Amino acid sequence: MGKVKKSPWLLHYDGSSCNGCDIEVLATLTPVYDAERFGVVNTGDPLQADILMITGGINQQNAPVVKQLYDQMPRPKVVVAVGTCACSGGVFRECYNMLGGADSTVPVDIYVPGCAARPESIMDGILKAVALFQKRSDEHDQYEKEHKGEARPVDPSINTAHDKAKLKEMEGTADA
Amino acid sequence: MDHTIYYVIGAILYIVGAPFLGCLMDGAERKLSARMQGRIGPPILQPWYDFVKLLNKQVVTVDRAQFFILLSYLVLMIMSGAMFFSGNDLLMTFFVLSTTGTFLYFAAIVPSSPYSSMAASRELIQEVCYEPAVLLLSVGFYLATGTFNARAVFSQHTSLILFMPGFLASYLFAMIIKLRLSPFDVSTSHHAHQELVQGVTTEMGARNLAIFKMAEWYEMVFLYGVVMVFILNSSPLSILAAVLVDLAMFFCFVLIDNTNARVKWENMLGMSWTVTGLCSGVNLLILMMIR
Repeated sequence: MGKVKKSPWLLHYDGSSCNGCDIEVLATLTPVYDAERFGVVNTGDPLQADILMITGGINQQNAPVVKQLYDQMPRPKVVVAVGTCACSGGVFRECYNMLGGADSTVPVDIYVPGCAARPESIMDGILKAVALFQKRSDEHDQYEKEHKGEARPVDPSINTAHDKAKLKEMEGTADA
Repeated sequence: MDHTIYYVIGAILYIVGAPFLGCLMDGAERKLSARMQGRIGPPILQPWYDFVKLLNKQVVTVDRAQFFILLSYLVLMIMSGAMFFSGNDLLMTFFVLSTTGTFLYFAAIVPSSPYSSMAASRELIQEVCYEPAVLLLSVGFYLATGTFNARAVFSQHTSLILFMPGFLASYLFAMIIKLRLSPFDVSTSHHAHQELVQGVTTEMGARNLAIFKMAEWYEMVFLYGVVMVFILNSSPLSILAAVLVDLAMFFCFVLIDNTNARVKWENMLGMSWTVTGLCSGVNLLILMMIR
């Protein structure tokens, strides 16, 4: 079992938002806050990412994108929702096209509040995610050791019946 | 052939030690880059942490063949380095080095992803750019020493830089391309980035990316090793001088990497061939005349 917490690579996706949190996330990665001192690297490649950071709410158009990004990331992985919109949908919550926060589509582990979320709190969220990433990795190794060569069952937290129904309902209204 | 034992030790040291040395150099590079940008930067051992993490991740590959091709890439890279440090034929060593690039091309093209495929062709262009300098370098060694045999080249009484400064200049230029540093990080960037910049490594995750990183560490040690050949002479002090030159070059490369933006491949091709033609070409003519 390796110490993976020293190398968390970050995939940032900006959903439906005012882009305020987007800018703050980038600020966290620039020299002023320097997230790289914790080994954090901002990657655009889901195949190489460990932490999915979502800013902004989820709407009908970006839900499949977020889901695909999440599915493309290899295990172990952690999801961080940054900002009010990603946590709950924020001011956009009641819009006709909105599904809600990031947890309407993918299982979110860490919620970072704020409108816009401040770099300090984003950094705090990243560090919490890093600790969880290590825990997940240990569990992942344990699982692989115990179930060597077996196909992994589908994670029940993904694609909950609620989300499916909601998506279907929205698709139905879109067609009509 | 009385020094055979040293060459055997050299090759073994390279095979065993190069990943660790390369890893430390990679870490130092990231730290130095961070300091140049006014950041604290990651720990020196960061590439090692990344490597261990990548080995621990779930393996998701588009094409299983990629793993095998990348392994071939790594093995050929080790082979070319070991051939060099064991004092084999220089021309053969550089030919094997060229072959490694082809395997990287295949590794990038098998997943048939648009970004990866595009970067694969860029990797070939990169090879077209640095190959003349590298091949002319072995010709230069032949003209200066009268042999392609690396052992004879290594044990010169006077430093080769006196005879072939032009070759060194164009080799250093080619090294920037080969190490994929800005402004010539056309096929892939060292730093995790967006798809187009990520290039050949776009479709590499988990252990495949770990293998790629390890091959890069071997490559780095090999390339810096070639620079040392220019400095070495019969005096033992020249080893110290060669290490100092390597360190100075290391600093310069990081500085260039941090102060330049990526160029278009057309510019890279033009610049590299111009430098190779001018520096290596003129040096070649002079060597041919004085012989």
